[in-house]
Amino acid sequence: MPKIVRNLIGLAGFFAIWEGVVKLGLVNEHSVPPPHVVAARLAELVVDTSFRKDVIATVLAWAIALPIAVGIAVPAGLLLGSIPGARVATKAVVEFLRPIPSVALIPAAIIAIGGGPSTKITLAVYASVWPIMFNTIYAIDEIDTLLVDTARSFGCGRIKVMARVALPSALPFVFTGIRLSAAIALIVVITVEYVAGALLGIGKFALAASEGSGRLDLVLAATVVAGAFGYLVNEGLERLGRYWFRWSTVVRGTS
Amino acid sequence: MNRKLLWLVQRWIVLLVLVGVWELAARRAGSIWFPPPTKIIDQGIELWFSGPDTAAAWTDDILPSLARTLGGWLISVAIGIIVGTALGRSRHGMEYVGPLFAFMRAIPPVMLVPVFIVLFGLYTEMKLAVIVFGTVWPILLNTVDGVRTVDSVQTDTARSFRTPRHRWIGSVVLPAALPKIFAGLRVSMSIAVLLMVVSELVGKTSGIGNKLVSAQRQFDFTIMWAWIVLLGILGYGLNALLLVAERHMLRWQPSRHTQRLQAGG
Repeated sequence: MPKIVRNLIGLAGFFAIWEGVVKLGLVNEHSVPPPHVVAARLAELVVDTSFRKDVIATVLAWAIALPIAVGIAVPAGLLLGSIPGARVATKAVVEFLRPIPSVALIPAAIIAIGGGPSTKITLAVYASVWPIMFNTIYAIDEIDTLLVDTARSFGCGRIKVMARVALPSALPFVFTGIRLSAAIALIVVITVEYVAGALLGIGKFALAASEGSGRLDLVLAATVVAGAFGYLVNEGLERLGRYWFRWSTVVRGTS
Repeated sequence: MNRKLLWLVQRWIVLLVLVGVWELAARRAGSIWFPPPTKIIDQGIELWFSGPDTAAAWTDDILPSLARTLGGWLISVAIGIIVGTALGRSRHGMEYVGPLFAFMRAIPPVMLVPVFIVLFGLYTEMKLAVIVFGTVWPILLNTVDGVRTVDSVQTDTARSFRTPRHRWIGSVVLPAALPKIFAGLRVSMSIAVLLMVVSELVGKTSGIGNKLVSAQRQFDFTIMWAWIVLLGILGYGLNALLLVAERHMLRWQPSRHTQRLQAGG
């Protein structure tokens, strides 16, 4: 049996069990909708303008935050990775800040910045800087010294070594960091929408649907949309990474 | 001696200077938003050790938060390792559930908060469910991956020593999979802390997250910062415990640092 057939059997089985559990009355049909109702709701939402605005608001905040985080984290990582003194000096600060879950800063950020989109973006940047920065520092540690020495003996200066040798060989790791950060940024954006009482956003939509009338069909449809976005981003970045860095010999993580 | 002193100075000077600048600036500006660090520490001591409501802070907030985080995480560890081992050992298991699991894993775990609010309400069941759902995928999928890395030398060796069937999983498969499993455990631990905070920020019934929101609502920023610091300490402590366990259980591994890069937070 080919793999794709098994894939489809698995998915069909999942929906059949879900539908069956609801039909048999094992759970309350009012609180747990069967999959065909969720699918119908999903189809309605996709063409619904106000839901589209919610999705766009969330995706836009995410899409603005991620490049900013890359712009901060990669230079910072290169700096801290290549200057041992700077690394030692900032280590205590970094180790102090890192364990604080980024979402714990949401109430503070709401007070300092307000409840608007800038709060989403600021916190998403803050949260996504860490994985990219750590992966960059790590990558600099892992650089083959032979490459650096070769470049040096060809007369490359510090900056040129950085641009021509260090950065390219660090890229696969940096990219893994970006992939992790893409997921984290989305989590932070949605959480800010919950807590800040945002006007727009997929998080706001789902929370409003759950708290008011307990419309699980709407909540699940929104969850499927968020999941699809998360899946496409992760899968897209992973494929892109595999394609761009096929020359790389480093073992890249899968998580 | 001198070198050690220099190293110590180098290591701590920036943090100390930053905290010092914060202290002076906050005292001079008198801003209620950013209270000086010494005040935050005093506030923390009063909240958790010396003040009148110390007992309530522990029994109503800190311990419930910790229990939910660790409880949810441990449930995920059990489910993830058992199901992951079974799926990793079976020839076609992952082909049936792979796409479904990949999708479940890609759902931003905080999206499950509204789902479980409808199903379970605002209390502990909802928070536990969110933490379990959010943390189980990295453990499960890393276990599947790890179980599949058992190489032919390991299986042949075990076979030539006539390792009995019932000891096969425990003494061959799981040890070989352990580095991968630990990578999953680390990722999921930071997700567990994050989801604990989020579920409490939204389901404002008890816990550290709830304290954060109520301090924000009452505009008591010193209290808010104190709880943030506590969350940092908890996150650090849980991660440190896990690292100790990992070091202990993976002593025999020749080189593990290639697995370390994925521990994103």
